[in-house]
Amino acid sequence: MTYKTSRILSSEITPAKVWLQRRDVLTMGAALAIGASLTQSGHAASLAVSRSDYNVPDKPTPKKDVIGYNNFYEFGLGKEDPAAKSGDFKALPWSVKVDGMVARPTTFALEDMLKLFPPQERVYRMRCVEAWSMVIPWDGFPLSALLDPVEPLGSAKYVAFESIVRPSEMPGQRGAFQSLPWPYVEGLRLDEARHPLALLAVGVYGETLPNQNGAPIRLVVPWKYGFKGIKSIVRITLTDKPPKNTWNLAAPSEYGFFANVNPSVHHPRWSQASERRIGSSGLFGSSRVPTLMFNGYADQVAGLYGGMDLQASF
Amino acid sequence: MERAVQGGRNWNSASIWLLYFVALLPAGWEFYLGVTDNLGADPVKTFERFLGLWAIRFLILTLVISPIRNVLGINLIRYRRALGLTCFYYVLMHFSVYALLDQELAVHAIVADIAKRPFIMLGATGLVLLVPLAVTSNANSIRRLGKHWLQLHRLIYAIAICGAIHLFLATKILSIEQWLYLALLTLSILHRCIRPFTKRQRLVNTAAVKGWS
Repeated sequence: MTYKTSRILSSEITPAKVWLQRRDVLTMGAALAIGASLTQSGHAASLAVSRSDYNVPDKPTPKKDVIGYNNFYEFGLGKEDPAAKSGDFKALPWSVKVDGMVARPTTFALEDMLKLFPPQERVYRMRCVEAWSMVIPWDGFPLSALLDPVEPLGSAKYVAFESIVRPSEMPGQRGAFQSLPWPYVEGLRLDEARHPLALLAVGVYGETLPNQNGAPIRLVVPWKYGFKGIKSIVRITLTDKPPKNTWNLAAPSEYGFFANVNPSVHHPRWSQASERRIGSSGLFGSSRVPTLMFNGYADQVAGLYGGMDLQASF
Repeated sequence: MERAVQGGRNWNSASIWLLYFVALLPAGWEFYLGVTDNLGADPVKTFERFLGLWAIRFLILTLVISPIRNVLGINLIRYRRALGLTCFYYVLMHFSVYALLDQELAVHAIVADIAKRPFIMLGATGLVLLVPLAVTSNANSIRRLGKHWLQLHRLIYAIAICGAIHLFLATKILSIEQWLYLALLTLSILHRCIRPFTKRQRLVNTAAVKGWS
């Protein structure tokens, strides 16, 4: 992974100091007011980000599509619903509780995480299980950076993730018609979670995450289908039992626990051999590209699954 | 008297042409939005889904004409051919977008899809079954086929079953609108099962069919 992008990073424009001062303002008691302005789409704050070596050479998907075309059923079933209906969601103040089989259970406030684990930019491929894909410049820190200080016990084998339940701010979580059981939950094996590619994203395109992209903190596992990337995380639990994951609970024959991108293991209803790249313009500018094993990250992650039958453990 | 009948016929014919025009407007408008890059991030999928949904809507409209007559006593049968043909046109456009713009004419991928995925297979079956109905939807065929015409056109219920399951399998989670369409399709099919063709009804149907030929 030695690819570099030539784009100008926001860190070259906004000095880290300015961002740090913003957080001082937050702690001075204006958290709510600023929080609202920070996380509304279009009013995202810029993030201080460093470069990383984890960038794919593909052309990034236009920002308007990355923040305008989302699956986030807490805000509705339509792809435009999350951007249109997430205005009431308050992503600040926020904290993530890390507990379970760890020596030091800790609750991390968002601003502390940003201080402890400075975000880096990572341009990753994102492959949705619905056979479309994007290339997204995330800003975040490795999940392992968060796991190390809590000191997982030797008995811990898995990491379980839990998203927020807040019907008053999430229209998809209220009313008679509920698409999925809440909270949305996900899980990884501990060795997957510790892989350097597994990212906790706090921003995209150099700015704090818009609500529709999973503000203020979400998981990104680029070699797995997009639904593994749980959004608006409130709890991370180390455990010795395989965690439940929402889509597997909803349709176990269609969505597995691993959900590794695999062009030869098809969804029972549609092919996974190819994908449509989002962000080409107009009806006739569409492009379909072949889907790659582990979404093109096979060199980095195939070793995690040595000896496993990927047809059976899909 | 003669003039009144003539006027009625003209209005019938004009209202049917108006129906075709209005019915195909959504496809034309959505196509325009697509060409001008106003269909969002995934215009091909959006257009494809749009055409499929409108095909389902016209399938439902075609199917409810006879229950509406039986239950409410309102006879709209003169519009049924236009509704059925519009459904066929939308299915044809839906398949064309799938094959040309979505799969980019990758024949092996399309054949594999149709052979392996029940969801695609059912959609394709629905399209194939619609062809003989569209081809025989003219006065000449009705006269030539006689009672076989009605038997042939009962295929619409097989098409409705294909369409309903195709719709059911198309998305990860069904929206309320999709559930409503599934309910209407199921009710239409059940209505036909509960009220099988009686001899008298067949006569009424034939008369109605010949009436608008």
